[in-house]
Amino acid sequence: MILLIIISLVKALIAVHIVLIFAGVLGWIERKGSALIQDRIGANRASIFGFAGAGLINTMAADPLKFLTKEDIIPDGVDRLLHTLAPCVNLFPVLVAFCAVPFGDVLHLPGGVDVSLQAIPLGVGVLFVLAMASIGVYGVVLGGWASNNRFSLLGGIRGSAQMISYELAMGLSIVVMVMTFGSLDLQEIVRAQGHLIGGWLPGWGILYQPVAFIVFLIAGIAESKRVPFDLPEGESELVSGYFTEYSGIKYLMFFMTDFAEVATIAALITTFFFGGWQVPYLTPDGFVFPGGASLHINHYVIVLMQFGAYLLKVLFWSWFQIMLRWTLPRLRYDQLMWFGWKRMLPVALVNMVITAALILALQGAP
Amino acid sequence: MAELYLPMLITCLLAGAMVGSLVFAGQLLGPHVENPAKGESFECGNPSTGSAWGRFSVKFYMTAILFIVFDIEVVFMYPWAVVFRRLGWFGFGEMMTFVAILGVGLLYVWRKGALEWD
Repeated sequence: MILLIIISLVKALIAVHIVLIFAGVLGWIERKGSALIQDRIGANRASIFGFAGAGLINTMAADPLKFLTKEDIIPDGVDRLLHTLAPCVNLFPVLVAFCAVPFGDVLHLPGGVDVSLQAIPLGVGVLFVLAMASIGVYGVVLGGWASNNRFSLLGGIRGSAQMISYELAMGLSIVVMVMTFGSLDLQEIVRAQGHLIGGWLPGWGILYQPVAFIVFLIAGIAESKRVPFDLPEGESELVSGYFTEYSGIKYLMFFMTDFAEVATIAALITTFFFGGWQVPYLTPDGFVFPGGASLHINHYVIVLMQFGAYLLKVLFWSWFQIMLRWTLPRLRYDQLMWFGWKRMLPVALVNMVITAALILALQGAP
Repeated sequence: MAELYLPMLITCLLAGAMVGSLVFAGQLLGPHVENPAKGESFECGNPSTGSAWGRFSVKFYMTAILFIVFDIEVVFMYPWAVVFRRLGWFGFGEMMTFVAILGVGLLYVWRKGALEWD
């Protein structure tokens, strides 16, 4: 029991720190990336004795310190309790949802202790992640409503309508993945992607479900309220949307939620469609290449390589979402609703029906 | 039972402690300077014109109602999606009947114009 608590605590600490560090690093990548695209230098001030440390010093130390020492203004006429609660309700579910995603295979420690590298090893991990994504809506609505500001209110209700609309298509695309892999356990879903198709192609989810991947990617970006779906916080219309009336550390919490959501969506894309922590041709004993060549590797090195592969894939999909932000213009609100209800939802439904029929026809019903 | 949900509890407590300590640290470390102009709600520099807690478009309400209908459809699909290989074509037919009924519902709200945003 004590051992379980210690192991769980260590895993939870690792997972929460991954997402917090991702939130910081992505903030720097966004600034530097936008500077690159707009032909500026960008984010080049924070450094210690001239050493900028790939933006780590910038984002790990300078940003939080700056925001922590700024005044946390609570304007007159706001609902004080909800105003303080909203950033917490916004940030908490994203942190927990990221922890449910497996970041490695089973680690065999000396002494016969097996640790599944997943901070929340649940049999219904998919449902847990979806539930947490739904709770995130409350943070947006509370922030918009509690602020007693017209821009905030408009941003809040816009955000809630957008998030619930795209949640349908997102849920349907995940149903398809559950059908393909036959499990609600995220660790099982990643393990099911370990086989090779035709002896050489890694059996990742995207090869089975390209349509579900596209639906999930679009719905995921809409869920994290980023360009081209950033209507709730459109700067040119609503100042800052639902967090207009926030300052200091609470503003930073909304900011962190934004990037943590990007990382969580990237982690889910990786888990469902790109093999999670799987490294191509890497088995629990070492590399086994299609030609027949094999290479034995130490167990701990394998676990580290899988962890690294997971981080790299998440970083790639986060970078992809950030590049998308600086490439595409914003949708109009009627276009957003039209696309969510009249295109995404029917496509996801039809994809589900075709998948079910195909699987039953190919595998033969018992 | 406890072994199953203990990691979740620990992670939730850790994440909650992190979020709570951020708000607390912000209150503790930041300055507190009272100023009447600071307390006004932001309306692009114009004097604030009363409370924002008024009425807003009924369209948002409609979207929420439609969401509940179709989200419950998706929720019913999850248990079926896990065991549909064992249920075979009979289970497939049952689920298609369910999807068809809701498909007619979607078609109805579509034709009625409930999905239009003008």
